[in-house]
Amino acid sequence: MASFAKAIVDGILGGAVYALMAAGLTLIFGVLDIINIAQGILVILAAYLSYALSVHLHLDPLLGLLITIPVMFLLGVFIEWAFIRRLRGRERTAMSLLVSYAVAVIIEGVLYQSFGSTPVTLQSWYATSTLHVFGFFLPYIYLIGFGLAVVALAAIYVMLYRTTFGRTVRATVQDKVAARLIGINVDRIAALTFGIGVAVTAAGGMVFGMTNAFNPDSGYDLISRLLSIVILGGLGSIGGALAAAMFMVTAEEVVNIWQPTWATAVYYVVLVIVLVVKPAGLFGKQAARAQ
Amino acid sequence: MNALLRTEEVSKAFGGVQALSDASLEVAPGRITGLIGPNGSGKTTLFNVITGYERADSGHVYLDGKAITNFRPARVFGLGIGRTFQLTRIFPSLTVIENMLIAGHLKHRSRNPLAVSGGAAARHHAMGLLEFTGIAGHAGALAGTLSYGQRKLLELAYVLVADPDVVLLDEPAGGVNPSLINHIGDRIRELNAAGKTFLIVEHNMDFVMGLCHDITVLDSGTVVATGPPEQIRANPRVLDAYLGSETDDND
Amino acid sequence: MIASKVTATQVTAPRLRPAQLSRAGAIVAVLAALVAFPLVITNPAITNYGVLTLIFVAAAASWNIFSGYSGYISLGHAVFFGSGAYFTGIATKDWNLSGSAVFALLPLAGLVGAVLAVPFGLVALRVRRHTFVVITIAVFFVFQLMAYNLQSLTGGTSGLLGPTINFSPATFNNPFYYIALIIAVIVVALSFLIRRSRFGLQLRAIRDDEDRAAGLGVKVMPVKLSAFVISAVPTAMVGGLLWYYLGLIDPSSGFDPLFDVAVVLMAFLGGLGTVTGPVLGALLIEPARLYFQQQTTYIYLILYGALFLVVILVLPRGIIPTAAERISGWRARRKGSTGQVAASPAPAGPDAVTDRASEPA
Repeated sequence: MASFAKAIVDGILGGAVYALMAAGLTLIFGVLDIINIAQGILVILAAYLSYALSVHLHLDPLLGLLITIPVMFLLGVFIEWAFIRRLRGRERTAMSLLVSYAVAVIIEGVLYQSFGSTPVTLQSWYATSTLHVFGFFLPYIYLIGFGLAVVALAAIYVMLYRTTFGRTVRATVQDKVAARLIGINVDRIAALTFGIGVAVTAAGGMVFGMTNAFNPDSGYDLISRLLSIVILGGLGSIGGALAAAMFMVTAEEVVNIWQPTWATAVYYVVLVIVLVVKPAGLFGKQAARAQ
Repeated sequence: MNALLRTEEVSKAFGGVQALSDASLEVAPGRITGLIGPNGSGKTTLFNVITGYERADSGHVYLDGKAITNFRPARVFGLGIGRTFQLTRIFPSLTVIENMLIAGHLKHRSRNPLAVSGGAAARHHAMGLLEFTGIAGHAGALAGTLSYGQRKLLELAYVLVADPDVVLLDEPAGGVNPSLINHIGDRIRELNAAGKTFLIVEHNMDFVMGLCHDITVLDSGTVVATGPPEQIRANPRVLDAYLGSETDDND
Repeated sequence: MIASKVTATQVTAPRLRPAQLSRAGAIVAVLAALVAFPLVITNPAITNYGVLTLIFVAAAASWNIFSGYSGYISLGHAVFFGSGAYFTGIATKDWNLSGSAVFALLPLAGLVGAVLAVPFGLVALRVRRHTFVVITIAVFFVFQLMAYNLQSLTGGTSGLLGPTINFSPATFNNPFYYIALIIAVIVVALSFLIRRSRFGLQLRAIRDDEDRAAGLGVKVMPVKLSAFVISAVPTAMVGGLLWYYLGLIDPSSGFDPLFDVAVVLMAFLGGLGTVTGPVLGALLIEPARLYFQQQTTYIYLILYGALFLVVILVLPRGIIPTAAERISGWRARRKGSTGQVAASPAPAGPDAVTDRASEPA
């Protein structure tokens, strides 16, 4: 049963990283009612950025985060300002899916053009070495990823619940019209939130890039996992995303022990089952809204 | 007198807010009954409970003596109760005439699902109603392009398509200019003379007092007075309800 | 986002004969041209464009029957496309078919699509619209995964090869062209019939206000599900046709995320929820896509995405409705009267004073 225990540990550690990326996605939905399908390819983009920095500037990816996080943040702000903000009307959420899908396709094309289709990986001393503790070999990168995720999620939590900015964000989530009426600059909140939601992909991208060989095509698989996690946890709930991510990744690791080829199907199967039983997701906030 | 539509001690709470408590209301057949009360008194909630858009926590609703409590909207609609919505809920991307056809689709059905929607009879009927309310000229226009007043008229025509016995109107005169209000009032009187029963929620006092035979006053979810207009106008409890409680939430 | 088909026809009076006749005439002319096309232009490189474009006309129009009319955006129709392709491939192999006999499999492929659509729809249509989209994506990936993993059935990563086809090289494309044409014509005709039928009216009402429609007695779930199943059939059929035409299908081409992007873009560009919109969209986009794909760069991805963005942000209702509105507005201004068409709001009347937009954003 050692492999079982290992699967659980890997699941928790790996799940934290997915939770971070999913948290960005669910935060964006909670504040803007937007489903950012581009989140997957943005992670890949961030991974490629880290890669480029490491190959051309010999910058260690962890240090590279100092650059990639602000870059991704600004990119997120730009995307919101340029495209998402123009969406209006009742079908805004459905349209956002299409718009972000379009943005994702563009980014994918740019990545293919710039880097080609050969898979690459991020290299670093901690990518392959492990920590030997309690009979487990824990890859350093997983620990770092877990650490990054914990720090980032804690930071998001603190921001949301302990700062004035966070309060205005939560007010916007509750009622945009009321927020506007009391002087909150909803547009700015939207842009900043989108930026934050995308900025977390920098960390996720680094960890992902180090633990996987990736190419532009990897974005699809990634976004489908993130979507499953976010829906399972309930659109808009960060805590839900965390729980769902841990659960899904652990489940995948466990299934992987017996049936590796079907491991990724776990995501979808669980998702479908949960949605059949509880259409709003485990912690969904949308129960009363029509359509 | 036997009430055609009756609610008996209906209660409904939303979270911590008790929207209705033991609300009992009677609508006599062939008469126009008004339902008034300050903002937040529960008028639209009562409508929603009667027509099945909300479930009552307790209490009953009777149509012609038969219980229809918590029936689904479609069923209530099929039993002969029609209603309009405060914020007009028309289908904006369908044309006006198509809106009418959807409202009446249960009555005029053909076996072939691919048959052109609405045979001649249905369209004729629909056009007749559009003429009655005065917007026949826009039959081919997309409902989404109608002005607010025109939408109100469409909602009115809508509710008549299925020829309901009881018509529930939620603020038919809300946000509409005076000449149109008179127009609507006249139409209601005409329909009432032809036998239809009305229950009308309204804030416009002149409209209500001038149109309704009986008036029920709701305040904070309970019925505080009921009777003919002159009585209600002079009732101190009613004045109290309006002037005393300045709650500002919507129904 | 509302797609509008402006109905400029009178409501109660019988339709004007000349307009109806000229429309029918135009349709006949277009059909004749399409039929004659491969006989006149015999260059296979060009008729190849024809085959693939018609396949996408059918796919886009088919997708539109469900998503365009009901407003539930499906990003998983590739499931039907790929399943149709794989079914046709597997059946051809198992039953040892070749030549024209394979074409007889296509209706069966359509049936496979329908059968898949039932449980798919029952699960997916219970949830809200944006969750629906995500479920379609999830199911899509499940199918792609199955295509990779069920190797004995699907050939895994290498996919399924088609048998050698003994059609003469000069007119090789033609049978495929005509079959695609037939399917496309049927789908478009079906789309037209549905749109003006009671069924179509119910779908469109669902798109506008599902709860209100339900309150008026529309049986929402059966209506949505029927549209979903109907739209699956032609999609699966053209999937099968494409497999036979290309002689190969593999998980990444059979279950290609860009298939849905293409189909959605075509329908949006031409006009979501209209009859001719998807056709126009396919006619514009597919030849362009083929052309760019042959340029061996990934520029076409960038162009795709950019075009998609432009369409959604600038022309959300698509070309046909926007054009129709412009034309009718121009016509109305010319005549100086308000016709019964949508663009001009009501003339002064009892409601002139308190006009106010009441659609909640």
